[in-house]
Amino acid sequence: MKSLKTPVIKVLMAAALSLGAAGAGQAQTATAPAEAPAATVAANPGPVVAPVEAPAATPVPATEAAAPAGDATYVPMKPTPGVGQPVDRGIDFQQQVSPIGEQAYWFNHVMLLPIITFISLFVLGLLLWAIVRYRAKANPVPSKTTHNTFIEIIWTAIPVLILAVIAVPSIRLLAAQYEPPKKDALTIKVTGYQWYWGYAYPDQGIGEYVSKMLTKEQADAAGEPHQLAVDNRMVVPVGRQVKLIITGADVIHSFAVPAFWTKMDAVPGRANETTFTANKVGVYYGQCSELCGVDHGYMPIAVEVLPVDKWEAWVRSKGGNPAGPAVETAAAAVPAPAAIPAATTESAPAAAPAAAPAAKN
Amino acid sequence: MTDIAATAPAHGHADHAHDDHDTPGFFVRWFMSTNHKDIGTLYLIFAIVAGIVGGVLSGMMRLELAEPGVQYLGGWAQMLGGAGDEVAGKHFWNVMITAHGLIMVFFMVMPAMIGGFGNWFVPLMIGAPDMAFPRMNNISFWLTFVAFIMLVGSMFVPGGSGLGAGTGWTVYAPLSTSGSAGPAVDMAIFSLHLAGAASILGAINFITTIFNMRAPGMTLHKMPLFVWSVLVTAFLLLLALPVLAAAITMLLTDRNFGTTFYDAAGGGDPVLYQHLFWFFGHPEVYIMILPGFGIVSQIISTFSRKPVFGYLGMAYAMVAIGVVGFIVWAHHMFTVGMSVNLKMYFTAATMVIAVPTGIKIFSWIATMWGGSMSFKTPMVWSLGFIFMFTVGGVTGVVLANGGVDTALHDTYYVVAHFHYVLSLGAVFSLFAGFYYWFPKMSGRMYSEFLGQLHFWIFFIGVNVLFFPQHFLGQQGMPRRYPDYPDAYAFWHLISSYGYVIMGVGVLIFFANILWSLAAGKKAADNPWGEGATTLEWTLSSPPPFHQFNELPRIA
Repeated sequence: MKSLKTPVIKVLMAAALSLGAAGAGQAQTATAPAEAPAATVAANPGPVVAPVEAPAATPVPATEAAAPAGDATYVPMKPTPGVGQPVDRGIDFQQQVSPIGEQAYWFNHVMLLPIITFISLFVLGLLLWAIVRYRAKANPVPSKTTHNTFIEIIWTAIPVLILAVIAVPSIRLLAAQYEPPKKDALTIKVTGYQWYWGYAYPDQGIGEYVSKMLTKEQADAAGEPHQLAVDNRMVVPVGRQVKLIITGADVIHSFAVPAFWTKMDAVPGRANETTFTANKVGVYYGQCSELCGVDHGYMPIAVEVLPVDKWEAWVRSKGGNPAGPAVETAAAAVPAPAAIPAATTESAPAAAPAAAPAAKN
Repeated sequence: MTDIAATAPAHGHADHAHDDHDTPGFFVRWFMSTNHKDIGTLYLIFAIVAGIVGGVLSGMMRLELAEPGVQYLGGWAQMLGGAGDEVAGKHFWNVMITAHGLIMVFFMVMPAMIGGFGNWFVPLMIGAPDMAFPRMNNISFWLTFVAFIMLVGSMFVPGGSGLGAGTGWTVYAPLSTSGSAGPAVDMAIFSLHLAGAASILGAINFITTIFNMRAPGMTLHKMPLFVWSVLVTAFLLLLALPVLAAAITMLLTDRNFGTTFYDAAGGGDPVLYQHLFWFFGHPEVYIMILPGFGIVSQIISTFSRKPVFGYLGMAYAMVAIGVVGFIVWAHHMFTVGMSVNLKMYFTAATMVIAVPTGIKIFSWIATMWGGSMSFKTPMVWSLGFIFMFTVGGVTGVVLANGGVDTALHDTYYVVAHFHYVLSLGAVFSLFAGFYYWFPKMSGRMYSEFLGQLHFWIFFIGVNVLFFPQHFLGQQGMPRRYPDYPDAYAFWHLISSYGYVIMGVGVLIFFANILWSLAAGKKAADNPWGEGATTLEWTLSSPPPFHQFNELPRIA
């Protein structure tokens, strides 16, 4: 389910890219139909209704048009010290801000870590006991015991039981990680390049933009940790599930954000999917996690989690439409017939599922 | 186990000939050798030299990582003949991690375990005069030697953004195909081909020897566990290496002849390479550790003056580890984008390996239980091995969980894990074996004081070196980075201090070898007393050039 290699997805992504590249404003009539067939069979001009409001939010007077959302302007957020990034002398996992991260952290912290600590100390204790009790001085005559079926069964069976106990939450965690994304998940296309990341928001009409590492001077000036700070972050709304479609443009990279318990390889020719939901506003850093050449260590990831209104402001500042075509259809159902007569009332319900499965794939 | 009195007449090196077997001159003896003990010695010397090269590389890496920023890489790249700029420096980093990994795996641990101790002691332990194919044995060694030269040579030819192959020891496509122009990666691939061919020949040799040349009465179920471990290892080599050869041959044709096995644009798949590589790569990690299991079993039994507890369980646990080792490979690829069912399977299968491994750990402890233990150097290394391998093993259980691996994959946690099972597992067993058999191989006793000192300093050093890397990994520090955010600086510095401590330990080891060879006490035939029951201790120290001209009989 996760590794999506179907042609449908490739077409979708191509469509998404062209949608982004074309910009949200003017070329809507051309791009929207291009996306619709890719998404599903609903080649109905339903999605076309989107542009009706979109142009208002796009080109120059974007800020004023976006006013209803309240907070109008986007200012990159400062990271919270110690959150979303490693801490000095830290020994534990980074603080988890996603449900999966919390579940996985709990699993490690409550089960795995105590079990492995206990086993290590148990073996150490047995060794030390044997060293003291059965040293030549204390036990000059060795026993001749060479086997004991009962104890051999015990030390085979008990590890099996322990592993079975571990396996249950482990499999449960995997299942949770692979739950299909919700319908309202925000889709972001992530592309790994040598040596930077590209992010695109196909549903919002934000074409791919590039995210590169800041130099040490720039990072210091911005009050961010160097080697982690980037010029253009991935920006997502708090509490909403995000679905990442990840691919590589040249060699394999890996998109990783420790605070979300997220890591997925960016493999050329494949569209890998993973999801996360960030429950806390903030800036969360990650780093490329698959050797990709000279600057492997210099293509960090920064995800900014914003309150919904601020995120919407950011989308507008990028020339996108925060609501996206799926939700937009219902809202804009009234002006739609005016724009295109073909879009009858049925077209609106048709359009909504049309975009939804596309996002789900 | 042994009731033989058959000690072949000792040949001094310069002795006049037996009618059929002369002791050859220096060149013929060491360069055209067909004697399993001489070839074993060559392998051990070779492994030590390669270990020094690989160890110096890791020292350079720890120096660079001691503090944030890139301090030395450009200068080093320039010293080796490359450009001195930033790009060449960072490329050199990737070359170092690649070379360190390949050298330690293919040219240090494997030659020492299988080529060195395997060659030396498998024939002795089963009561055979030599290996089944002495000349093939010779070509195995020299192929390994040439492979090493090729790999080191690849560091001096263009490999894309600088000199040398900077692909990581895994040589993942497409970084290793379209991502690395120049002959360096081709040379590295050829090097792997040669090393692989050498290992396959060696594996055939061991299997044939063990199946056909056991002394009368030495049934499979009477073989010492070290021989069992080499037998299982040889089968792993025989089955795994051809897959590696195929995988990297396709890399070569992708690179040079326009095929697209690993290129999605031509219908191939980069992930295919990873499946093939790890189908070899996972058995490979057992190839590196199983002979260590065997060595430790012999030593624990010897110094507890007690037979190995649960011998059959021990032997078949190794067989089980070998078999299961072939069906868990994709846990190295948990983040590559697999289906959830596949991940669940590989999670479960991987955890299964903990069971036979646990049997081995507990059986070693049970061997000591009730024994009469003395703590000579080989024994303390073996005790260290058991504990450190346990620590490395339990972090393996953590990593086996696909859901947890999401966070830990390709971080320093993984680096810590595999160094605990290799640097503190395999290497501890190598040192244990070296001290255990040094009197037999050289005819001289090592210095017990230096040996103990070596152990304690090395033990502290590697723990200081690798334990903090668990912390770094949990915090999110990725592998294969020449530089890092300031927050990681503290543990990186501690880790680098650990390297220095370990390095002092290694120097003591070399001092011990040199001192012992020059001035060590003459070793008795069996310096370890009644606990040492295997056949090699019935021979002189060092053993005659040819042993068991009359086969021993095992009761």
